[in-house]
Amino acid sequence: MIDTLLVYPQQLLGPLWPTVWLLVKILALIVVLMVVFAYVTYAERKIIGFIQLRIGPNRVGPLGLIQPWADAVKLLTKEIVVPTGANKLLFITAPSLAFMMAIAAWAVVPFSPEAVFSNIDAGLLYLLAMTSLGVYGVLIAGWASNSKYAFLGSLRSAAQIVSYEIAMGFALVGVLMAAQSLNLVQIVQAQQGGAGLLSWFWVPLFPLFVVYLISGVAETNRAPFDVAEGESEIVAGFHVEYSGMAFSVFFMAEYMNMILIAMLTALLFLGGWLSPFPASVPALGAAGLHWLVLKAGFILFCFLWFRATFPRYRYDQIMRLGWKIFIPVTLVWIVVLGAWMQTPLWIWWK
Amino acid sequence: MTFQEIIFWFFSAVLVFAALRVITARNPVHAALFLVLAFCTSAGLWIQLEAEFLGIALILVYVGAVMVLFLFVVMMLDINIERLRQGFWSYLPVGGLVAALLVVEMALVLGGPWFGLGEAPRPAPAPEGYSNTKELGRLIYTDYVYPFELAAVILLVAIVAAIALTLRRRKSSGRQMDVAQQVQVKRADRVRMVSMPAVKEDKVEAKEEGGK
Repeated sequence: MIDTLLVYPQQLLGPLWPTVWLLVKILALIVVLMVVFAYVTYAERKIIGFIQLRIGPNRVGPLGLIQPWADAVKLLTKEIVVPTGANKLLFITAPSLAFMMAIAAWAVVPFSPEAVFSNIDAGLLYLLAMTSLGVYGVLIAGWASNSKYAFLGSLRSAAQIVSYEIAMGFALVGVLMAAQSLNLVQIVQAQQGGAGLLSWFWVPLFPLFVVYLISGVAETNRAPFDVAEGESEIVAGFHVEYSGMAFSVFFMAEYMNMILIAMLTALLFLGGWLSPFPASVPALGAAGLHWLVLKAGFILFCFLWFRATFPRYRYDQIMRLGWKIFIPVTLVWIVVLGAWMQTPLWIWWK
Repeated sequence: MTFQEIIFWFFSAVLVFAALRVITARNPVHAALFLVLAFCTSAGLWIQLEAEFLGIALILVYVGAVMVLFLFVVMMLDINIERLRQGFWSYLPVGGLVAALLVVEMALVLGGPWFGLGEAPRPAPAPEGYSNTKELGRLIYTDYVYPFELAAVILLVAIVAAIALTLRRRKSSGRQMDVAQQVQVKRADRVRMVSMPAVKEDKVEAKEEGGK
């Protein structure tokens, strides 16, 4: 049905059609991401509310479901204050830069074997490159604000993200060794064993899975690793001077990154769109987008759960965890994996 | 002009502009950010040359890690432009020599047609399904395994040396605990839960407490 609907605009636009169609698809993805973002903020407030025996937002709409939109309107109508002595151009660029990097990574994220914007061979490398660029928004924001708190926050964030990126990169090396590919679609397909959820990579790569998940929390500056904001010591860290829409763009970037990391964990370690049941089980055994959404949703829930459970790490403890624990663990497991894959005991990939 | 050429000229123009701004920008942070722009555009050019692994690695290593640390340092510097200008004449001979060398080198590369290299055939485009990354990995770990391992060991030595040179052993003040012990602490080590049955306070006693 969709094909017949598309014939007319295709004839109308002629050679421009592929570009326009791609832009339409990108716009559709961004709209979906925005809605997901809005309801992740709602879910965060509700879930943390329930964990702490509060009710959470419940005034705007039934169960407070309209709350995110009320917040959006509030932020949109607020004034953006540029502090005295701030570098105005960079001050405005920083949030858009952070948001841009968070969105750019979605270009290679597959939703099913066919539904992917760019099914490139070096997908995993591209992802690693894009997620490592996210720190620029924070770094520039801290410097351009001309404020000591903001600057301290951005320095903390830069050091933290660079440290955890190494452990994250090594965890991904394990994935690409196991999958024998950098292409995300092929990585998911390599987890298609007969045993349902036991043939996913979280089993043979368990230490890497845990390291990746925790580094993901650190990489997105989420609690308990949110020292870049640290409201008890440096008020709100790098975005202390931002107000209105400029602040909310930072806020969006943080949640987009969270959704991205949840999605990637689901794709790389939890079998993406594959079903947790063996293919022999009727109906439940079929692969589909709903499995990917469920898995990513569970990881997102873990992000919120962590925030409600753990107190903020001390800065030196964060650094110690990244350098002295995660990096050695990943290095050892890569060697173990390499040896394991040479033996007949390796059953995950044929 | 084909679309590919338009992309090439666009990226080249941005690259030249960014590279010029790196050396002409007054503010060192701006200069560092222009260097980031220069890296990004040259990565684009490399990808156009079908070297996608190198292009992405440039972004990942230089932009994602090296420049972040570079900016980190530059942002904290308190640079006095006046003092930087003082040494201009004493550095001029060395700087001029390096500049002249660079010009000669560039002339050698760019002047290829003049030396009769203009006839060199264009490399054949890579076939469908050719993976740059796989091919590079295969070459590094088979044909060039010894040079590669040697380079890796040299880098490792450099890392160890850098750490050894900058390591400052802090004298333990005795107050600082081992972090491993700190994080392993359990609730029972810090808090003693005391069961206190609720009791009704005697009125007279409460008044005395208040008076104190």
